Amino acid sequence: MTAGPLLSIEGLCVHSATGVAIVEAISLELARGEVLGLIGESGAGKSTIGLAALGHVRGDCRITAGRIVLDGMDLRLQSTEGLRRLRGRRVAYVAQSAAAAFNPALRLIDQICEGPVRHGLMSRREAEARTIDNFRVLGLPDPAHFGRRYAHQVSGGQLQRAMAVMAMSCGPDLLVLDEPTTALDVTTQIDVLAHLKKLIAGAGTAALYISHDLAVVAQIADRLLVLRHGRLVETGPTEEILARPQTAYARALVAERTGVALAQPAQTDAASASREASRPATAVPAAILDVQGLAVRYGRQDALSDASFALAPGETLAVIGESGSGKTSLAYAVCGLVPGHAGRVSLGGTPLAPGYADRNRDQLRRLQLVFQLPDVALNPRQRIGSLVGRPAQFYFGMRGAALAQRVAELLGLVGLDPALAARRPGELSGGQKQRVCIARALAAEPDVLVCDEVTAALDPLIAEQILQLQRRLQEQLGLAYLFITHDLATVRRIAHRVLVLWRGRVVALGPTGHVLREREHPYVRQLCASEPKMRRGWLEETLARRADPSTV
Amino acid sequence: MSAARGPSPESRPSGASRGWLRFAASGAPLVALILAAAALAPWVAPYGEAQFVGGVWDPPNLQHWLGTDNLGRDMFTRLLFGARNTVTLAALATVLAFGLGVTLGFCAAAVGGWVDALVSRAIEILLSVPVLISALMVLSVLGNSLPVLIATIGLLESTRVYTIARAVARGIVVREFVAAARLRGEGLAWVLVREILPNALAPLAAEGGLRFSFIFLFVASLSFLGLGIQPPAADWGSMVRENAQAINFGLAAPLYPATAIALLTIGVNRLVDHYLAAEARP
Repeated sequence: MTAGPLLSIEGLCVHSATGVAIVEAISLELARGEVLGLIGESGAGKSTIGLAALGHVRGDCRITAGRIVLDGMDLRLQSTEGLRRLRGRRVAYVAQSAAAAFNPALRLIDQICEGPVRHGLMSRREAEARTIDNFRVLGLPDPAHFGRRYAHQVSGGQLQRAMAVMAMSCGPDLLVLDEPTTALDVTTQIDVLAHLKKLIAGAGTAALYISHDLAVVAQIADRLLVLRHGRLVETGPTEEILARPQTAYARALVAERTGVALAQPAQTDAASASREASRPATAVPAAILDVQGLAVRYGRQDALSDASFALAPGETLAVIGESGSGKTSLAYAVCGLVPGHAGRVSLGGTPLAPGYADRNRDQLRRLQLVFQLPDVALNPRQRIGSLVGRPAQFYFGMRGAALAQRVAELLGLVGLDPALAARRPGELSGGQKQRVCIARALAAEPDVLVCDEVTAALDPLIAEQILQLQRRLQEQLGLAYLFITHDLATVRRIAHRVLVLWRGRVVALGPTGHVLREREHPYVRQLCASEPKMRRGWLEETLARRADPSTV
Repeated sequence: MSAARGPSPESRPSGASRGWLRFAASGAPLVALILAAAALAPWVAPYGEAQFVGGVWDPPNLQHWLGTDNLGRDMFTRLLFGARNTVTLAALATVLAFGLGVTLGFCAAAVGGWVDALVSRAIEILLSVPVLISALMVLSVLGNSLPVLIATIGLLESTRVYTIARAVARGIVVREFVAAARLRGEGLAWVLVREILPNALAPLAAEGGLRFSFIFLFVASLSFLGLGIQPPAADWGSMVRENAQAINFGLAAPLYPATAIALLTIGVNRLVDHYLAAEARP
């Protein structure tokens, strides 16, 4: 053990096989026991730096310059064998998707104990005992037997914690956490975040915490490194950056959350009030979409029961709830994708058949669905032009030059270069793909757009652009939105009215400002309190409040 | 690292010959050679397909490069014609197996429900009987004319293609772009041809190569049993059978057609592996 920083990276450059710079001249130092947050949008090079700390680069990339020194050892000079001895033991990695990181065919405990046993640090029995202890520290249910389960038998939040136990199994000096809570909803995220913080602090491990959510990193990191396009934008202590961001980009990142989360209640209300006021002037417009007593069952499990609401033309109704609350079931039932549901859905006064197959072409056209993940919603083998043009061709019989012109018009409408029509989805960024999905829905000239978590998979700044686009389209085209989301900030920004779902039941329905201000149902209170705030200490306050039964 | 990567002038020729080697190892030249032999057999063969030109099992000589067979016909000539008969039959049966298997497999996956259950159970019943037994049964009842042979093999092999096509398509129909097409009101044909097929092409093409090899070996074994292509027409499987006795006298006659079978099988498999590796690359 030598004195000085645990990890020091000097002038790191990583290039892809095609010569594109992914990371350029990044230097950082990490002391023992310190937590450094790496923040930036996707493509900023965060994960690449995180992996470099393990002496690893992704398949077709290579390190072209710089030094990576871990505890006095230059990782670039280590042999493959040397690196293997190092990984897991001195440096460990927690991936974004725990579900993809565990082997589905092996029990959790076998995978967690493999590291320490293979590195010869402890016997299988010792490793198991230690793992069970760590399960207990992380608050996993039935710690003695939890490890006997397989990855698919535990929830996403539990699996993410099990992954942290696996990373800590050898007692590493450095932990690299790559977006460990991004895939979780806010209420679960708090739990995982709190347990990770406890684990890191308890073991005195240093950590690189990678995230695109500044509010989350702020809870756990001592210092921050703001990255963009592979370059360092700003670095400093967390408080410093939150309070006085120096660069325009860091200011935008801070404002992204503070604009909503740190705002005074009066301001937030003003924002949603103005949103409410912007609703079409007609006194009580006839509902374009009317849903009565909608219920969805999967086997013996009620996913959604007795949901009723109406949607006026030009209005946005947000549906909010945690994962498993029945949000997506509601959206799919409205669109006819869930067979055998009860209740009545009418579009423009005409009742719709429960299944999409029994609805006529015009009914299908007027109700369009935009999916959560643009990657799987677009056929990878078709070109953007035919993806966007198909509804126009299918519903309106457009062909040839007229069709090409319509495609260009639609791409322009969603803020894309019409030249992209010749590309395939794989060549576009996530935000661009979501714009293509919206353009495809618009090509059908719908009355109602059902948006299923359309911004959940996007970086906050890109998500904000998509929301702005959707507001503009609503004003231009008079669309009605049924907007499914788990993010309160999104609700405040886009919704005239909000419907809160909790365990398949509607617990609140009303104007956005009113519902979020009055917080009549305990779940609405918990939801509002779980939203990460851009200040240090928020995590502890929230947990203290939650532990105190009088406030919940 | 970057210094080590720069190609030095000396290393270039060896790089080029490595490229050649890789091309040869891809199986493409081997398969092309056999296909050329199949296509050009009547023009390049030194003798007629069933022409008696020498003694029984003459050793290789200048007139008969690979010697003669059990009836004194030229071995090399019969190998060329054998390629023509066997490859044509196997190719047609493969096309039939894929046309049928892929269509049914995609339909079952896309429609689901009782259609899927019905078709899948029916196919499983066919699968549970060994292919060779079913083929022997059908061929001994219907006789072994070429169309019957192709139809039988194509039908039996389509059950294998069906299971693969259905499994691949099931992975695709649950993706949301298929839901998007259905919500638009698209018919089954559009979903099968425009949404599923382009995404299933890579695994199906790979399966196509393997299936061709299997069908080809199957034809050879049927011929070996006397139920395949009938004499005096030449095919590699029956050539092994007819000349099998020669091995007792220390003669290499049956090894020539056997080697031809092995070479085509290896060539097609190499070609498939090559294609798969190219697909796996980003």
